[in-house]
Amino acid sequence: MAGSVELVKLTKAYDGQTAVDGINLRIPDGSYCCLLGPSGCGKSTTLRMIAGHEGVTDGDILLNNRNVTDRSPRQRGTAMMFQNYALFPHLSCRDNVAYGLKIAGQSKAERHRAADEMLELVNMSQHADKLPTQLSGGQQQRIALARALICRPEVVLLDEPLSALDPFLRIQMRKELKQLQRDLGLTFIHVTHSQEEAFALADLAVVMNDGVIEQSGHPRRIFEAPASPFVAHFIGGHNVLTPNADTLAGEASRFSIRADRLGIAAAQTDLPESSARVEAIIVDVEFQAQFYFVEARLDDGQAVMCYLPEAQLDAAVVAPEQRVALYWDRAAVNRFEAPQ
Amino acid sequence: MSASKNRHAYWQASPLTLVLLAFLVFPIIVIGIVSFWNYNSYSLIPDFIFDNYAYLLTSPVTLKAYINTFQFAFLAWFFTLAIGFTVAYFLAFHIHSVKAQTICFLICTVPFFTSNIIRMISWIPLLGRNGLVNSSLLSAGIIDQPLTFLLYSDFAVVLAYVHLYSLFMVVPIFNSMMRIDRSLVEAAVDAGANAFQVLRDVIVPLSKSGIIVGSIFVMTLVMGDFVTVKIMGGGITANVGMMIYNEISLLQYPAAAAGAVVLLATVLMMLVILFRLVDIRKEL
Repeated sequence: MAGSVELVKLTKAYDGQTAVDGINLRIPDGSYCCLLGPSGCGKSTTLRMIAGHEGVTDGDILLNNRNVTDRSPRQRGTAMMFQNYALFPHLSCRDNVAYGLKIAGQSKAERHRAADEMLELVNMSQHADKLPTQLSGGQQQRIALARALICRPEVVLLDEPLSALDPFLRIQMRKELKQLQRDLGLTFIHVTHSQEEAFALADLAVVMNDGVIEQSGHPRRIFEAPASPFVAHFIGGHNVLTPNADTLAGEASRFSIRADRLGIAAAQTDLPESSARVEAIIVDVEFQAQFYFVEARLDDGQAVMCYLPEAQLDAAVVAPEQRVALYWDRAAVNRFEAPQ
Repeated sequence: MSASKNRHAYWQASPLTLVLLAFLVFPIIVIGIVSFWNYNSYSLIPDFIFDNYAYLLTSPVTLKAYINTFQFAFLAWFFTLAIGFTVAYFLAFHIHSVKAQTICFLICTVPFFTSNIIRMISWIPLLGRNGLVNSSLLSAGIIDQPLTFLLYSDFAVVLAYVHLYSLFMVVPIFNSMMRIDRSLVEAAVDAGANAFQVLRDVIVPLSKSGIIVGSIFVMTLVMGDFVTVKIMGGGITANVGMMIYNEISLLQYPAAAAGAVVLLATVLMMLVILFRLVDIRKEL
């Protein structure tokens, strides 16, 4: 019963300002898709357009290959979970969950039975009679999820569902979301600004910026080969370097290199032919438990960061103010498709 | 430490306490005392008799006045609620910019730049026998006799109440509507609710406290009023306020005082019921 989603040249403009600029995206049925980007990139607007809470300026939204652009949320077969959960404060949890069925015209006994089953699914049965304000953030989220699932949607839309939770709970709920999505086989579309969250959850991650999709694909693919300097910066763990006549002369245009693929050696060391090298001055060395975070500066001022495993750290070489050679395997260099 | 803090708090509260004692509690006590006095045509006689209450509580005139008053209060409440809720709903949910909301609110308050009495009197040229409404309807050929119920009637009194007090309904309802999280409306729409269902299931229940605060305003204002009935009722209908007013003009102060005490008790009972329905502290 999962639904595929397709966006065709989807555009949203507010008073001449373009929030979403002609994006095309195909989300296969039963997949977990994360829309990822900084605030104001258009990811929430995109989600709200798929949900039907935001009008579409131009373009089409297809669900299971039928055009739903002008349909109401319920007719689409989508259900949304709101950022602050948007639980009705005057209704008990059971009535909150059952609300969609009340609108659908089910009798009280019928809808309460269905709501109790759904509360069972999210392990909230014992809280059915409480009001939302009596629950913790994580519990409210489960109720919101149950309410979204009660009408058997094909696509579940989640607007930054984990941002209101504390870090520990966030990781736990993240697991539960993924588990639930897998068990029910539904399509989940999840908006987040945290690349960590997107990488942990997504089958399909979509990185957005300024109303356009910068890159979409499996998170591993995105991390291995970011398509643009923006993506490389945003997902973190990458150095974006611009070659010029003095430094990095071997490269033609801007490229990125993963911070954990860099090595540090004493300035005069000979390196194998397959390695590229550049001289730098170490600015700072930070201990970060699993690795050392080393910040260095090239001669032309570009900043470079390296994640160095503890075993590879030569304290005599890697120290602030030291002049060193940074090196990497040429095969590890990621060249952006379109030079910018 | 905390004891001295407490003493400071009492000092700080004392000026207001004195003002309230002098101008609220003391006059009420005096009214209470005078209501047991005797009187004749030209003097008040200090006494302790129950005749004033006995007459008041058995007279059919009192019953009629209370029935009139409750009827006015109910009608005024009903229409101010209908208008107030609609206006507040429009301001809160259909006007999106804060600037436009402020301007609309200012327009709503413009009538308050003049006094209640002026606003009532200005209905007279409109509703009178040869007023604007009658002459327009006559010349349009819709009626061939001037409508007499327009002025100096129960209709005119209720119309004036609605005109005077609708804003007292708009403001608290608007206030509680502005606190409704807009995503709740979207959540209801997401569950398939249409506009009416959103109103019934989300907006009305969550504006309940505003509706009750507004109802308290309108009810108490109408229950204690006599000017509107005097000007707009044209001496034909009487409410409790008019009854008290008439007794005062005949210098029957003890009878008027007894009337006032009974009215105060009635209004307080209504307030107790209304306050049960709302947590007023949450609204402040």
